[in-house]
Amino acid sequence: MQNIAAIFKKEFKTYFLSPIAYIFMTVYLIITAFLFFQGFFLINQADMRGYFDILPWVFLIFAPAITMRSWAEEKKVHTLELLLTWPVSDIEVVLGKFLASFALLAIVVVLSITIPISIAIIGHPDMGQIVGQYLGALLMGAAYLAIGLWVSSTTENQIVAFIIGAVATFVLFIISTPFVTMVLPPFIAPLFTFVGLGSHFESISRGVIDSRDIIYYFSVVGFFLFLNVCSLGSRKWE
Amino acid sequence: MIQSSDSVMLEVKDLNKKFGSIHAIRNLTFDVKKGEVLGFLGPNGAGKTTTMRIITCFIPASSGTVKVSGMDTVQNDLEVRKRIGYLPENNPLYQDVLVDEYLKFVGEIRGLKGAKLQSRIDEMFQVCGLTKMAKRQVGKLSKGYKQRVGLAQAMLHNPDLLILDEPMSGLDPNQIIEIRQLIKKMGEEKTVIYCSHILSEVAATCNRILIINEGSIVASGTPDELTSNASQSGGFVLRVKGTKAQVQSKLSAIPGVTAVTIQESGDWLEATVTSGKEDVGEKIYKCVSENGWSLAELKRHSASLEDVFTQLTRG
Repeated sequence: MQNIAAIFKKEFKTYFLSPIAYIFMTVYLIITAFLFFQGFFLINQADMRGYFDILPWVFLIFAPAITMRSWAEEKKVHTLELLLTWPVSDIEVVLGKFLASFALLAIVVVLSITIPISIAIIGHPDMGQIVGQYLGALLMGAAYLAIGLWVSSTTENQIVAFIIGAVATFVLFIISTPFVTMVLPPFIAPLFTFVGLGSHFESISRGVIDSRDIIYYFSVVGFFLFLNVCSLGSRKWE
Repeated sequence: MIQSSDSVMLEVKDLNKKFGSIHAIRNLTFDVKKGEVLGFLGPNGAGKTTTMRIITCFIPASSGTVKVSGMDTVQNDLEVRKRIGYLPENNPLYQDVLVDEYLKFVGEIRGLKGAKLQSRIDEMFQVCGLTKMAKRQVGKLSKGYKQRVGLAQAMLHNPDLLILDEPMSGLDPNQIIEIRQLIKKMGEEKTVIYCSHILSEVAATCNRILIINEGSIVASGTPDELTSNASQSGGFVLRVKGTKAQVQSKLSAIPGVTAVTIQESGDWLEATVTSGKEDVGEKIYKCVSENGWSLAELKRHSASLEDVFTQLTRG
């Protein structure tokens, strides 16, 4: 536990040592607020449905931006060799890094709390629904981060990590959208719908937290963190 | 050399490592005792870094075992890592953090806390001369200071086994002397493995040397043993005045001399006399005085570690 905490602390601090975290926060908040309020007054409804509908697409860019550096940089400057000869297990390192990236994403997402507050001032939104939507967004963000982290562990180039991370999450997201499932043979379509990231966010963006979606996101996180541990372990393969 | 097994710090047995078709390490067997500073020498690609990576549990061996104070590096890897301090080749560092933050992070990972951690950090600052640099960003330090940060990282938890891969690169002569003394001091009670290409450095610091080439040990012993075993021992260099042919034939006639090479430099002749184990110094002098040559210089040509190294690792 102490090891995870030490790695978490260091990783989290590192985000704020360079301008990355600040740029990230500012840009994220401006873009999401802009995109959301474009349609908000037209629809004229005091809810955040529109906000959470665009989130999967925004995360597509922002989640890999958080994680691209995590492993790629360590590989590039060879600090990985140092890190992995310290008395920490590979799992602890992976968890520490994942939690740090999640903490950054969570902070940014929570900072957008000004939006529901603004809405509450001008209307009467369903706060329970908004809390559910936020929780769902964090779950989905965690899944994106786990994927991005794994991709970062397979390369030593940050840009490659970013692009492949974005593409990987994009593919995993769209395979469950009607756009894709419509053209699939009927017996495969349900499988794609279940595996894809997109379908599980639909109910969440309505503010409904279904235990199946929670389990799904936890499994995705677990699976990709596992792949991440494997990819660290690959140095031991012959 | 029989030693009780409890003083053995590191035990490497029949170590092999293959990367695909490349056989990087072949049947490497050696041990290092407590209180020993072992110099680990070899040309590029000899398998030095690979060996260090196996000892530090970064990669496993293809076959063979490594034990650090009796513990296996595969079965007990976390325990082994706690006892090792490692400065990898090229000294990788986290660039963005401040020097004191970096050491604090390393300390926490090493399980140090609170006052103990702080006192260790302070000690490292003192020992490595980093006190003024505590609040600087690691990535912006000069190469020498980065090297010190790397050393401080490796020694922070007072490890039983300290592994240094090229620790002196980027240090100025004064710093080299400081760090050399530091390593010697560490070596009194701990165990140090010192990889280097800089042979004079190894000769000055280590009390035992291991030379490897193409993954196997080609020589092992104290610096003196290694140089005296080298075949060039017993050679002499002399500067005399005389006719070249005469000097050549007379010197070659001395019993025990195996070869004589002569070079002309101005009025003088510079002769290099190679002999076997036999000491021919006196005979050379007699030969010179009997022939009435003027003698300006007569000195023993002792093999340096460089000679030993090139002899053993070339071709």
